[in-house]
Amino acid sequence: MNTNQPPSPPNRRVRTRTVLPGFGLSAAITSLMIVGLVLIPLAVLILRAASLGPAGFLAAAWTPRARAAYAVSLGASLAAAIISSLLGLLVAWVLVRLEFPGRRILDALVDVPLALPTAVAGLVYSTLYVEKGWLGQILVPMGIRGAYSRLGIVLVLVFVSLPFAIRVVQPVIESLDKDTEEAARLLGASKSQTFLRVVLPGILPAVVTGFALALARALGEYGSVVFISGNMPFKTEIAPVLIVSRLEEFAYAEATAIAVVLLGMSLSMLIVVNVLQQRLARNAQ
Amino acid sequence: MTSKPRDAATATSPLGLLLIAGAVATVGLLIVAPLTSVFVDAFSNGPRAWWEALAHDPDTRHAIWLSLTVAPLAVLINTVFGVAAAWLVARFRFPGRSLLVSLFDVPFSVSPVVAGLALVLIFGRQGLLGPTLTALAVKVIFAWPGLVLATTFVTLPLVVRELIPVMEAIGPEEEMAAVSLGANGWQVFWRVTLPNIRWALLHGVVLANARAMGEFGAVYVVSGHIAGTTDTMPLRVEKLFQEYRTPASMAVASVLAALALLTLVAKVFIERQLETESKELEAARAPGADTDPTTGGLGS
Repeated sequence: MNTNQPPSPPNRRVRTRTVLPGFGLSAAITSLMIVGLVLIPLAVLILRAASLGPAGFLAAAWTPRARAAYAVSLGASLAAAIISSLLGLLVAWVLVRLEFPGRRILDALVDVPLALPTAVAGLVYSTLYVEKGWLGQILVPMGIRGAYSRLGIVLVLVFVSLPFAIRVVQPVIESLDKDTEEAARLLGASKSQTFLRVVLPGILPAVVTGFALALARALGEYGSVVFISGNMPFKTEIAPVLIVSRLEEFAYAEATAIAVVLLGMSLSMLIVVNVLQQRLARNAQ
Repeated sequence: MTSKPRDAATATSPLGLLLIAGAVATVGLLIVAPLTSVFVDAFSNGPRAWWEALAHDPDTRHAIWLSLTVAPLAVLINTVFGVAAAWLVARFRFPGRSLLVSLFDVPFSVSPVVAGLALVLIFGRQGLLGPTLTALAVKVIFAWPGLVLATTFVTLPLVVRELIPVMEAIGPEEEMAAVSLGANGWQVFWRVTLPNIRWALLHGVVLANARAMGEFGAVYVVSGHIAGTTDTMPLRVEKLFQEYRTPASMAVASVLAALALLTLVAKVFIERQLETESKELEAARAPGADTDPTTGGLGS
């Protein structure tokens, strides 16, 4: 067996990768799926939008109703991503650093939004926050309307995006070197100084990545929002809901143009996440 | 683990207690309260009404059946894809490899509604392949093949993302040994690779299944939302809600929520197995200085 003698790594890598069978088959399956299911559909979408021409595209994608929908989508998603990042940091910190009864259960519950269908979340949130709901009967008299309002959109988006914000930050807090914090405290830094100057710089890239992931998830969300927002044009209509209502009117050109704008927003998020993750990996080394 | 006592001390400090209270309130209000209320609302008229809402409505029965067909099909496709793609990326080096890895994540950041629309533009009546499909009398959009395609798109990254890090960590040594001893490709896969990645594969399958059962946006667009024909369980939840039949809607939702809880229990169990195995792997690696541990890691 040739693995007993350690040859130089690059040499070895080339050799190990070529001895194994299955390159052709796995490459064929992978490219069939990626090209057939992801690249071609997205390319068709973009080409369809491009065939409208610049003026036609603008007329379809930049109507007052569409602009209002982008604004609601962006505003609610940003708000939700900020709230998720802050709450996510809190929950991640508590899960890693503090020992208390029920910690493991709390840790498992964090994943509920990943497994619970978004339609169920939307349905339940809308019944919780209406006037007769569990929370609504307290909140609505106080003037807080958590259903059929923009606040409702933000609430369900926080629900769907919270696990992303927590799960990205959690391992980074776990890997923090506690001795540095200890040293800062011994050298006379206060708790808040230690957190701001020592801890925060270490976890900030992860928090920002979590924010971007949460934002990307929130921007595209449809299932839960459609239940709780009331979908009023110019007020609580998000971009994905507008796409669907255009489709139901068979206005394919308009739906496609709006979809391309939304796609552009989310793909730029993906690029931001990738850049951040590379920076994160470099910092960790 | 040695630092536990110091952490326990902070937990009883006022600040520690405040932080714990904040985290518990966050998870309690955002996650536990909605989850509890699904079951409370679903059973508010007694278990008999719950059962009747599920079993005595033919459209709901059909939706349950359809979900139980579409989700496993999509998961099966993604399992085959996930294993192939992970094998390709973790065992071979080729130009464009890192670009391919980032393409795996694209479905995560595309709105499911946009994905559904893209499928309609290809397979719909006025779509690219529309005339061909009509001539062949094959229906994709507004029929179950469209549901499978849309669900597969949305869950595409879930299996492959679980497998790549595990296969990178295990490294190709055992598989190479099998090949040099004369095993063919399938033997290597069934006897060496699959036993090594089984928990990671199961983890991905469980997550993909949960997402597939619950998918709404993409499926909504391609299904046409026809009761008794293309309505899956989440779509049925919405239709019943729109028809002001909230108790029935909650009954269907409670089944989906129970499934989500089962998924989480399975996930915790599988993650424990994964942890044990990665510790065993580390322990096996540590004393054996003859293998270079860095080659098993993420090659750049």
